[in-house]
Amino acid sequence: MKTQSSFQHRQGIELVVAVLEEPIARSLLALFLALAVVFLVMPVLGANPLGAYSSLFAGAFGSKQAIGETSLAMTPLLISSLGFALAYKCGLFNIGLEGQIQVGAVAAAFVGYSIHGLPSAVHLPLALAASLAAGAIWGLGPAILKARFGIHEVISTIMMNYIAFKLSAYMVSVQGPMKDRLDLMPASPVIESSAKLARIMGGTRLTWGIAIALVAAFLVWFLLSKTRLGYKLRVVGQNHFAAEVGGIRASHYYVIAMMLSAGLGGLAGGVETLGVHYRLLASFSPGYGFDAIAVSLLGGLHPLYIIVSSFIFGALRSGAILMQAKEGMSKDIVQVISTVIIFVMSMADPLGRLIKRRIGLKTNA
Amino acid sequence: MLEHLVNLSIISSSLRIATPILLASLAGTISERSGVINIGIEGVMLLSAFAAAFGSFFLGAWPGVLVGVMVGGALGLVHAFMSITVRSDQVVNATAVNILAIGLPNIIISRVWKGYYSSTPIVPVVRNLRLELLDRLPVVGKVFGDLNPIVYVAFLLVPAMHVLLFKTRVGLRIRAVGELPIAADTLGVNVPKLRYLSVIASGMLAGLGGAYLSICYQSQFSMGMTEGRGFIGLAAMIFGRWTPVGAMAASILFGLADAFQANAQSAGLPIPAEIMLTLPYVLTLLALIKVAGKRVLGPAAAGQPYVKN
Repeated sequence: MKTQSSFQHRQGIELVVAVLEEPIARSLLALFLALAVVFLVMPVLGANPLGAYSSLFAGAFGSKQAIGETSLAMTPLLISSLGFALAYKCGLFNIGLEGQIQVGAVAAAFVGYSIHGLPSAVHLPLALAASLAAGAIWGLGPAILKARFGIHEVISTIMMNYIAFKLSAYMVSVQGPMKDRLDLMPASPVIESSAKLARIMGGTRLTWGIAIALVAAFLVWFLLSKTRLGYKLRVVGQNHFAAEVGGIRASHYYVIAMMLSAGLGGLAGGVETLGVHYRLLASFSPGYGFDAIAVSLLGGLHPLYIIVSSFIFGALRSGAILMQAKEGMSKDIVQVISTVIIFVMSMADPLGRLIKRRIGLKTNA
Repeated sequence: MLEHLVNLSIISSSLRIATPILLASLAGTISERSGVINIGIEGVMLLSAFAAAFGSFFLGAWPGVLVGVMVGGALGLVHAFMSITVRSDQVVNATAVNILAIGLPNIIISRVWKGYYSSTPIVPVVRNLRLELLDRLPVVGKVFGDLNPIVYVAFLLVPAMHVLLFKTRVGLRIRAVGELPIAADTLGVNVPKLRYLSVIASGMLAGLGGAYLSICYQSQFSMGMTEGRGFIGLAAMIFGRWTPVGAMAASILFGLADAFQANAQSAGLPIPAEIMLTLPYVLTLLALIKVAGKRVLGPAAAGQPYVKN
């Protein structure tokens, strides 16, 4: 009897290890645990978890409009999460996406309202390119600090975030250079219609932005897994000492990866501005740049899986709005869900190794 | 206008502003000296600032400080467990705490206080210490006569941590564990235990910094009120070369810049407020570049989990 139960016990442990090591199973576990933790915490806060989750679900998928809003929220999440994954693959932790989104929005709005008389086929790509370039330039500083001086990119990109928030608030403040003088709101003038991203689904606000995001996912996947550049980025990310020994200058690839990553952040802000708000607002992002970290990890840092994980977070973001309105449960539970997901995803590998070492030791003894 | 910019009160106000940065940089110093990177200090400060305001509302100001410090210690324990026992990536774990700190306070505030969303009501604060004797002295009185007790605690922690790290056996061991854990282990030092204690202490220091912000410096918690001070503290730690005295010097420098910025605004300098507000962050970046040019390196084993063979 005793040997059989210890045998079952061991099988159970091996199953846990298998789940922790299998990429998709591990992501599902992380998502499940995150939703379960929030479910259990809600009654403590005096909220009804069943009611909250059903309105969350209805807000995310309950109607055509809801699905449109989910895909709309997915768009900047997908683009910025691709940015996070790209930098991470090169060993860089770009926590500056939120600021890069903001400067991308500044550039897109400026090109969008200040240039007149261009055909849409020129104006729109120009505005998108401006947002991409603005993001990339915002990432250049931290990239050089890392490559040249070895300054950790977490501190420098966070500082750049705060600078971006204050500067874009200045742009649309009372004496700011981009302020719409005819409007009391802290906002820029509305962009020309030639710079607007067209809607693609009747009855919803969904735009061509989603197509841009999906193409970006394919391009980042292609870059990382099918090109020499992507290979070198990944080698630097795995072990930059080994990369140097192998003749790859790590510092060059830090700059390239950070600028591409930050450029994607800028593009996310551009798409959001040209497709949703049509003008620069001082703070329009509900934290997409920070969500991107959890989205990216949940997608196993794989550009194509990130399409799925960003859809899930898009659903959380759009559903949480209805949940807050109907159940009084703050939409900020998305951050709690992010937290649990990040914990579980970062634990999975080392925990699997730890358990294996423990049971390995037991059998040897 | 000039006397608005440069006067004695700028010294006391920069000490006030430097205090949370100093506590964050001490938190970073003790953790990294033991070999664990802690970029979650920002999040710990923010969650502790909330916990302290919460505690102060229901229990009073001093118990509020205690609640803030305890929550900081608990978050330190979580980071220690993830980094030392599970050995997961220290930057990723700490980021989870930073993200939790953005959202969790708002959720609790909106459930506990009806009609409040991103900030708590005004709560009891820890009163300033009026030192009668000092107050009577002409210059010293103006600078040190009316400060919060936590300011004194923070600055007294500097020599305390200096002695601990550089004059005691425990301090030598903490540094050894952060530089070359395998050698320390061979000599019979308990590597995980020292790292656990250091990271918990780090959390408590950050927690004290958070409590200072919400119930000493201000009288309520509001969303994102740390404004990057945890990260600026980490920059001060680097600028101060991982020593408590250096961290203090750097924190005072950052505090002076911020106080100058605030004075410049009230003096009506023709520079927009938002532009002036970028000053602390720009200065932090410049400070990092200045140190990095000299190639100083932190503790050798910082960020690497220790695996005993």
